[in-house]
Amino acid sequence: MQASPVAPALKIDRLSKNFLGRTVVDDLSFSIAPGEIVGLVGLNGAGKTTTINMILGVLEPTCGSVVIDGIDLARNREAALARVNFSAVYAPLPGNLTVVQNLRVFGMIYDAPDLTARINELIEIFDLVRYRNTRCGLLSSGEQTRVSLAKALLNKPRLLLLDEPTASIDPSTADTIRNHIRDYAQRERGAVLWTSHNMYEVEAVCTRMMLLSRGRILIEGDPRTLPGEHGMASLEDLFINLSRGHDDGAKP
Amino acid sequence: MNMRRIGAIMLRQIYLLRGSPTRVLPLFAWIAIDVMLWGFITRYLNTIASPGFDFVPAMLGAVLLWDFLSRVMQGVTMAFFEDVWSRNLLAIFASPLSRAEYVTGLVLTGICTSVLGLAVMIALASLAFGLSFLSYGMAIIPGLLVLFIFGVALGVAGSAMVLRLGPAAEWLIWPLPAVLSPFASVFYPVASLPGWMQPLAYALPPSYVFETLRAVTQGGQADHMALGQALGLSLLYLAAAAAFFAHVHGVCVRNGLIARYSAESVT
Repeated sequence: MQASPVAPALKIDRLSKNFLGRTVVDDLSFSIAPGEIVGLVGLNGAGKTTTINMILGVLEPTCGSVVIDGIDLARNREAALARVNFSAVYAPLPGNLTVVQNLRVFGMIYDAPDLTARINELIEIFDLVRYRNTRCGLLSSGEQTRVSLAKALLNKPRLLLLDEPTASIDPSTADTIRNHIRDYAQRERGAVLWTSHNMYEVEAVCTRMMLLSRGRILIEGDPRTLPGEHGMASLEDLFINLSRGHDDGAKP
Repeated sequence: MNMRRIGAIMLRQIYLLRGSPTRVLPLFAWIAIDVMLWGFITRYLNTIASPGFDFVPAMLGAVLLWDFLSRVMQGVTMAFFEDVWSRNLLAIFASPLSRAEYVTGLVLTGICTSVLGLAVMIALASLAFGLSFLSYGMAIIPGLLVLFIFGVALGVAGSAMVLRLGPAAEWLIWPLPAVLSPFASVFYPVASLPGWMQPLAYALPPSYVFETLRAVTQGGQADHMALGQALGLSLLYLAAAAAFFAHVHGVCVRNGLIARYSAESVT
């Protein structure tokens, strides 16, 4: 199946997931255009990570479809996932390999062209030069996050999934990372789905955000204008107000 | 299949072996200990048994060939366990790497490590105790092939079990060769087993190999038909193991077990 040049980077259509009779993701539909950075926010257990796992093909939807860059994930998993990459705190790179070794192994898995040059470029971008031959397990959590982000950009993915990418790092490094991701989306026209609990970050980085509650999109829009549209002073106030109102019973 | 992706799985193991003597040593250490232990036992048995019967190919050879099968299995499972121990399964299975490419990478890694072990085994047993695999005649070639394929099948099936049941299921996998050895007629003919064990012995490809090699060392002819059966049977086990892995992976994707692997929730 050929990818269409005008296809959205990600199209999710009526996606649902039930676990033992409990609906975790409920009839979710949205799409992300190339170059767009979309924030996916919600309380713990709202269905964010479950949605990401379904997009990554490690969790089968109960129903619905995931189409990545015009390729149906269920029908052509390898081709679809070759256009995706991800970084998440719960998926650390093997700590017993060095930074370069990890990037080489995953670069080969993602069949990245000009791999050595790409690795060197990413090591520069994420300020990892002095750690290139250090085992990842010896790095601080912030450094490990930067290596994980470098891995996530190895194949210049059409769709980049970031699950709380700045959760464990200092404000300065987090700011640098946000700039890198913004730059990546603009330069490479890569789409980004970004989950975060940091509303300042969502407002600063995302061109659009969706607030997920009990597996459904509660509100969607520009994070800079949404609070005003709902009579709130800030995005954080809006999040707290809506989440408390609709999601008190949600569990992870 | 994409050879570069398969190469990545092998490269990861090469990096680990290169940087860790504790991973390299077991490739040879247990083999060396077995050669020593069984070498001296067979040498002693040769001094007290009736002349004319050589225990070296009959027992030491059998032990080492069974060791070879175990090493092949462990070569495959160790490569898989490295991903389990480093919590790498999510990154692996969320990538474009296919199941077949991943398992092929594990098997090729198993081939490399077990061939190294085999070379050390042959050298030690030959230098220290005069064991020559040539005494088995040409039957040793299909024999080794059967043991190798069956070892790979055990490794793939074992990896599937750990994928399904979680990291703690490792302890079920390590002793698999020991559990099978009484049925596989490594040291004694199938005929010496009680009636209820004999069908189980004939269901295991190694039984045919050890029966044949034993016959050759006692001056008989290699049973080519039996070796052919063993080869067919081992290929059948390999196909079943691959199908089992694919099935288990499918179940894990349906239930979300890969995404929450460390929770070991068998649902």
